[in-house]
Amino acid sequence: MVTRGFFSGRRPPSDTDARIPPGQYLEQGFPVLSAGPTPRVRTEDWSFTLKQGPKPIKKWNWAEFNALPQSKMTRDIHCVTAWTKFNTPWQGVMIDDILADAGIEPPTTFTLAHSFDGYSTNVPTKDLVTGKAMVALLYEGKPITADHGGPARLLVPHLYFWKSAKWVNGLQFTERDEPGFWELRGYHMYGDPWREQRYSSDP
Amino acid sequence: MSAEPSPQSPWQAATITRIEKRTPRVTSFWFQPSRPFAHLAGQHVDIRLTAPDGYQARRSYSIASAPEAGGGIELAIERLDDGEVSPFFHDVAAVGDEIELRGPLGGHFIWEESDGGPILLVGGGSGVVPLMAMVRHRTLRNKAVPVALVFSARIWDEVIFRDELIGLDDRLDGFNLVLTLTREAARRPSDYSRRIDARMMAQAVERLPKAPKLAYVCGSNAFVSAAADALIGAGVPAEIIRTERYGV
Ligand SMILES: Cc1cc2nc3c(=O)[nH]c(=O)nc-3n(C[C@H](O)[C@H](O)[C@H](O)COP(=O)(O)OP(=O)(O)OC[C@H]3O[C@@H](n4cnc5c(N)ncnc54)[C@H](O)[C@@H]3O)c2cc1C
Repeated sequence: MVTRGFFSGRRPPSDTDARIPPGQYLEQGFPVLSAGPTPRVRTEDWSFTLKQGPKPIKKWNWAEFNALPQSKMTRDIHCVTAWTKFNTPWQGVMIDDILADAGIEPPTTFTLAHSFDGYSTNVPTKDLVTGKAMVALLYEGKPITADHGGPARLLVPHLYFWKSAKWVNGLQFTERDEPGFWELRGYHMYGDPWREQRYSSDP
Repeated sequence: MSAEPSPQSPWQAATITRIEKRTPRVTSFWFQPSRPFAHLAGQHVDIRLTAPDGYQARRSYSIASAPEAGGGIELAIERLDDGEVSPFFHDVAAVGDEIELRGPLGGHFIWEESDGGPILLVGGGSGVVPLMAMVRHRTLRNKAVPVALVFSARIWDEVIFRDELIGLDDRLDGFNLVLTLTREAARRPSDYSRRIDARMMAQAVERLPKAPKLAYVCGSNAFVSAAADALIGAGVPAEIIRTERYGV
């Protein structure tokens, strides 16, 4: 439906067009979105736990986690509130390397990421492994600030950015695809920006 | 010009039925959706504008009207001069135009009567919009729920819904309005003229008969961060604070 009187808009330059998913616009800044106040997690108190169902598999403290092999990922990110940001540079520990350190293969098809503030989000396990996702520790070479999810956030850049849980403190492998905090509140179970899977009513 | 009837599409055409200037920079628009829906106080809709060549811009806008108010849904849109979508509403949109929207959306930043109270609402600028829906809902449904609304605006003339809010405050029925003006002197004895801080939040809590059960903070990102920190500084537990950030 064409909107009467809407002509101009702020079209992306054609060379970048192909990198912007439907309904998104290009953002230069880095807006912040979260459900509550920003938790200030001290690295002394930080830990990361891998679980299968209720059973802990392995737990790392900040120093142990930082000693894991680190990788860099520079990716475009897409927020459900319609901004896309190009070339965001992250550094952290690939999920593959976390599993390797725990000495396991992915035990189930689904995963819930948990955060220090009690929030959670679901991601299929295959979207976390084979170089697709990391637990990020640095943004633009510097520690991630608290409002952007520091000290550590999940980074699953090919899905809408709410799946990249801030203040992440663990991954839990689950048998079923269990909705997390946002998914229980109307957001899509998978969240592919290229298929515009924003809300649960989207196909 | 009307939307193709497609049952799967969450988008629908809504007709602008009324336009009213609220402040020099904020105007309310009432929309009558072709497929009316029930919303909860605090929810938003997404709006999509389409140019003749197919280019689309979409943005979220909170619903200002109470769920039980008839007459379509009210959106209060602030004009950002160099913005893409908000100037369109201020300069181009007219009564009778059809605009595509989808909703209601959002399942976290909502207040229902069954959530109870007291509730503490903290809004900056157009961040007051979803809080207004909560205030109106409470006034229509259950005045027994005590509410304090702390509303930060730059100047007196930019206090959106000012007459309605002061009218509600004057009823002394458990709704407390606290205005804080950041670039002008306070006009009412109970108001402030400074940025929100922990002391102001502590005094807002004291206006409630008991500690708040829920606190809602909405506005720009910088405002929400500062106000949420001020609430925590005033002893409000982080677990009861819900935030909605309008972005940059
Ligand atoms: C859940 C939710 C609810 C909301 N509710 C409301 C509401 O009730 N009322 C309300 O007024 N707003 C609300 N907003 C904000 C609203 O969605 C829009 O962000 C706002 O109206 C600005 O949109 P715009 O297109 O006018 O500006 P945009 O084009 O998005 O620009 C925003 C600002 O960024 C700058 N900018 C961004 N990109 C560029 C660029 N490429 N070039 C130049 N400048 C740029 C501009 O300076 C401008 O000032 C809400 C947001 C959310 C997420």
